[in-house]
Amino acid sequence: MNHPQEAARFLANAKRAKWHDEALWFVRSKRDMAAADIPEWEQLRQQASQIKAHTIANLKTYLQQFEQKATDLGAHVHWARDASEHNTIVQSILRDHGARRIVKSKSMLTEECQLNPHLENAGFEITDTDLGEWIVQLRNEPPSHIVLPAIHIKKEEVGELFHQKLGTRQGSADPDYLTESARNTLRKSFLQADAAITGVNFAIAETGGIVICTNEGNADMGTGLPGLHIACMGIEKIIPRAEDLALFLRLLARSGTGQPITAYTAHHHGPRPDGQLHIVLVDNGRTEILKQEAFRNSLHCIRCGACMNTCPVYRRSGGHSYGYTIPGPIGSILASARDPKAFYTLPYASSLCGSCTDICPVNIDLHHQLLAWRSEITRQKILPLPKRLAMAALSHLMRRPRLYRLFGAISRSIGRAIPRTLLYCRFNVWGRQRELPPLPKKSFRRMFQQEAARREEKQHEK
Amino acid sequence: MRVGLFIPCYIDQLYPNVGIATVRVLERFGVDVDFPENQTCCGQPMANIGCDRAAAPLAEQFFATFRHYEHVVCPSGSCTAMVRHHYQKYLGHHEGFETLRNSVYELCEFLTDVLHIGPLEGDFPHRVGIHQSCHGLRELRLAESSERVAKPFSKPHSLLESLRGIELVSLSRGDECCGFGGTFAVTQEAVSCSMGNDRIRDHEQAGTEILTGVDMSCLMHMEGLLRRQKKPMRVMHLAEILCQSGAHCR
Repeated sequence: MNHPQEAARFLANAKRAKWHDEALWFVRSKRDMAAADIPEWEQLRQQASQIKAHTIANLKTYLQQFEQKATDLGAHVHWARDASEHNTIVQSILRDHGARRIVKSKSMLTEECQLNPHLENAGFEITDTDLGEWIVQLRNEPPSHIVLPAIHIKKEEVGELFHQKLGTRQGSADPDYLTESARNTLRKSFLQADAAITGVNFAIAETGGIVICTNEGNADMGTGLPGLHIACMGIEKIIPRAEDLALFLRLLARSGTGQPITAYTAHHHGPRPDGQLHIVLVDNGRTEILKQEAFRNSLHCIRCGACMNTCPVYRRSGGHSYGYTIPGPIGSILASARDPKAFYTLPYASSLCGSCTDICPVNIDLHHQLLAWRSEITRQKILPLPKRLAMAALSHLMRRPRLYRLFGAISRSIGRAIPRTLLYCRFNVWGRQRELPPLPKKSFRRMFQQEAARREEKQHEK
Repeated sequence: MRVGLFIPCYIDQLYPNVGIATVRVLERFGVDVDFPENQTCCGQPMANIGCDRAAAPLAEQFFATFRHYEHVVCPSGSCTAMVRHHYQKYLGHHEGFETLRNSVYELCEFLTDVLHIGPLEGDFPHRVGIHQSCHGLRELRLAESSERVAKPFSKPHSLLESLRGIELVSLSRGDECCGFGGTFAVTQEAVSCSMGNDRIRDHEQAGTEILTGVDMSCLMHMEGLLRRQKKPMRVMHLAEILCQSGAHCR
């Protein structure tokens, strides 16, 4: 994984990159308007952050309370240490019910665990029912955004894809027509499904209920038809009380898409009378993050996607350039926790502008965590040696003010003297698209000293 | 009042006139300026790449150089933010660090929050676009960022807006990053330049004649793009505008 390379590839198609940037900026602008509707927005962020911090600090208690309450309601609660345990649990539940055809609504956790390939290899037929997710599934690629999985795909490409896969009219890119066709095809999947898998947006410790937010109602179509519902969630999705939910629902929808609330917000308290509800609680590295104080509050994330929409780097490099299930600023932090070596370019995929930190509805100090990961990457000697040596050398130079002055003066005179072709040789990465500043003859300190000397002389004369 | 002047290394070496303009502005407002010779770099490039062991001695050097000043003034939001928000892990053990941290000001902050200068008198008959540099904006809070729901304000705007003849443009993305980001400008060259070009386009559409800001590093990046593309937009540090316009208190 090399983010700068992937980003450069994405940007090579300038027109498309501009379109991507503008599409996401539009979502960001909608979010700004939705947030501005709530004068106490900043207090809500603060409050949500405090609730999350409290919950994460008492995670064990709340998880056990949730298990108890959910079980009392008739749900089956399973615990998975990692992705592979999660996949095995889901597979065995499906097998026990003789289920083969599955409809799945959006769940970043199942993406993280690579559930689809696991089940497909085991002979199950799995259909992602969120329109965007389904489009990327048909294209056989991962989502590029956690809320807008197909944001990198243009409607003309969807038209072509649907023409090939569903037999829609060739050349038609009319969103209404394409959505209608998708709907008709997905209806069949819903009606034929033996089981529904969903994600979980919030799990309430106090009640044992789970809440699933969608804009398409596809999760509800799934859980409403077959009798078996498997809900998969990361253990950080827990909130203490039902009354906390209002706060998080407001923050989630407004931050994610600029809506006051998601179109469908389904509350499941135990299984349907005629069905079964299985809830799989997944750790998969979360307690490891919990142990690290510097990165702990990355577990506050409610997966709204606002940090992606606002990130000037994400908008210009696309979700796939990150090479991890969750892209953007929060994804770079979570990917680093997963494997700092494999993803070491991700904490550097940021200008540290801090827009993510200011937009995060649960006040995660995202850009400071990216910086903290850079320290960690250097401490673990993952950062390539030449870079570390260069920084050490620069530090030695800067610790010697006289040497620094000399080095500065010499560099500037060389820079002024050498021919342009040499100054802008291919090793000058800065100079590929940019001019270097004109190199002055005197440094500031020289000018300041000379001026001070002149003043003193004048005073002397007086 | 006597202040210690903290001139970032790249201003010292590449933009001496910005440093001189800062001195002139401070003196015009009755401040005596000391320039301690032992200063070089605050260590931000090393810290931002994660090389704390390379950055720490420079934080120490800064501490030794500036600890005895009641006020330290710097014409850069980013370098000021480095001291205020990122020195803790290098200097937290020093008695007196807290005092130093609170004594370091970015130039606009110093003028508005310490000197409390009111509306300025001066002439600058140009269309000016302000680039809100991210660290000044979101670390020092020189202005309210567009992400937060709060009463808008901007110290750079309030310093310039009363100058005679000045027209401050409004942008479609008022505070998006220009993509400089220190070593990011080189390690992520493609993204960095794309971000810079987008800022420039926004300023062009707004009719910016002179592009200004509190961080010469961001301006250096955009100036580099402008000059390569032979565009007429000029770049000036905010201190240079204050200096050239003859800005003084009413």
